[in-house]
Amino acid sequence: MEAHSSEVFVIGLTVFFLACIIGYYVVWSVTPALHSPLMGVTNAISSVIIVGAILAAGPQGFDTSKIFGLIGVILASVNIFGGFLVTYRMLSMFKKKTKKTKEKE
Amino acid sequence: MVAILYLISALLFIFALRGLSHPESSRMGNIFGIIGMIIAVFTTLMFKSVLSYYEIGAAILIGGAIGSFIALRIEMTALPQLVAAFHSLVGLAAVFVAAAAFYDPVAFSIGKVGSIKTASLVEMSIGTFIGAITFSGSVLAFGKLQGTISGKPIVFKFQHLTNALIFLVIIFLIVLFVINQSPTIFWVIVIVSILLGFLVVIPIGGADMPVVVSMLNSYSGWAACGIGFTLSNNLLIITGALVGASGAILSYIMSKGMNRSIINVVLGGFGGEQDTIASKDNSDKIVKQGNAEDAAYIMKNADSVIIVPGYGMAVAQAQHALREMGDILKKEGIEVRYAIHPVAGRMPGHMNVLLAEANVPYEEVLELDEINHDFPMTEVSFVIGANDVTNPAAKTDESSPIFGMPILDVEKSQSVLFVKRSMATGYSGVDNELFYRDNTTMLFGDAKKMCEDIVKSLSA
Repeated sequence: MEAHSSEVFVIGLTVFFLACIIGYYVVWSVTPALHSPLMGVTNAISSVIIVGAILAAGPQGFDTSKIFGLIGVILASVNIFGGFLVTYRMLSMFKKKTKKTKEKE
Repeated sequence: MVAILYLISALLFIFALRGLSHPESSRMGNIFGIIGMIIAVFTTLMFKSVLSYYEIGAAILIGGAIGSFIALRIEMTALPQLVAAFHSLVGLAAVFVAAAAFYDPVAFSIGKVGSIKTASLVEMSIGTFIGAITFSGSVLAFGKLQGTISGKPIVFKFQHLTNALIFLVIIFLIVLFVINQSPTIFWVIVIVSILLGFLVVIPIGGADMPVVVSMLNSYSGWAACGIGFTLSNNLLIITGALVGASGAILSYIMSKGMNRSIINVVLGGFGGEQDTIASKDNSDKIVKQGNAEDAAYIMKNADSVIIVPGYGMAVAQAQHALREMGDILKKEGIEVRYAIHPVAGRMPGHMNVLLAEANVPYEEVLELDEINHDFPMTEVSFVIGANDVTNPAAKTDESSPIFGMPILDVEKSQSVLFVKRSMATGYSGVDNELFYRDNTTMLFGDAKKMCEDIVKSLSA
């Protein structure tokens, strides 16, 4: 493991730059009308950091690290549920012209 | 196996963003995102070292309940604050994960307490630094958007020098931390970074918030990246990079919408207290004032109307009344469309969401470059709660702070109706010469009330 640590870092860096390039093209393809939902979705998926929090909260017994992990899980969950739900709410409002929508009255 | 499941999850996140290229595919995109997240969480729960399912389950339920409650209750006009608040949580979560990794490096296989690998320490402290800045910056942005804190930029002497010095101090602390791995220094880094986050956002004014919110979005991604490097977790690195890129592009689009560089926005101090600069003295010019009946009459006799909404519409919650007005006009056979400036509102795409909430079909809502060439063929421009984004000074007056900013050419339409609360200048502090033109009618009053009155007059 120790001997390969620089290799691991380079792989990580490779993944990082490729992901940046994918992100660049994917985000430019997003229509400006949906920039708010884009922020909602990116907010939700950036909470994938929950993976790290779960690892920290994983071991049995209680120590500092586990408490930090659990707090991390709570914070990230707020974002995951909140982010996806609020995006869902936004997206369900974008409607086409065809249907006469009058249920609001 | 784990790596493959994480890869699937990462691909689903990419599809989630890809789906947003069109409203029709966007809902499916959101579902891809949710599936990706479920896969990521369950894959992690399958790890041998992860045993405390009850505690983790409870934590997810608590967080999920809070998040769902907020997301379902929030008013669409309050979206910018909500997004800022959510960003702060990502930042804080990153700090806690980094702290957890520092206190229990064995769980993350990055070494033992007191002898954590140098590379991991560097990555960890960078993740902590960005996470803490995201946290405090977002909290302050939330306060400014919510109105808890004044939206005016707060500037003081040597502001940028102070920030630069603090940044150097943080780098020094990180070096120290990597050498002696002291918990005290870890927390000092957290505290100083939180302070820097506040100081970075404090000089930035309310209407520049779209850029700030996008930037914090970007930071939250980079924070996730930092943690991804610490844990050598490709899923975190990929997702962090996607979010980071997304926020960076949004910041770029927003700054371009104001013809300012990101640096200029970040340095702050724009708008607010500089009303006195208001170039020419317009006190002797005549303003034509009208009421709801006049507006109804003018629009009823037109063939085409373009509605230009701005932040004022959001503040007055006028979108529903506005849509009702549009519906009546459409029934009369008048072409009604909406023109959205890139920086209208307090976050990217803010106006689009509000109009969608009011059931305006998205085909009628057009972006600046899609509709700008139609203004000369349009009879009436109905500007509601927008000001600077229509100001012709951006094209003609080189001394104006908004010179060069792309504007909606409402001046080229045959007549302009301005719904405004008063003659006050816009955010930039610049007077709008459009107010004094012969073909402009000012409609003073609350945007929502005005729309309702126009609806009454139209249906009378």
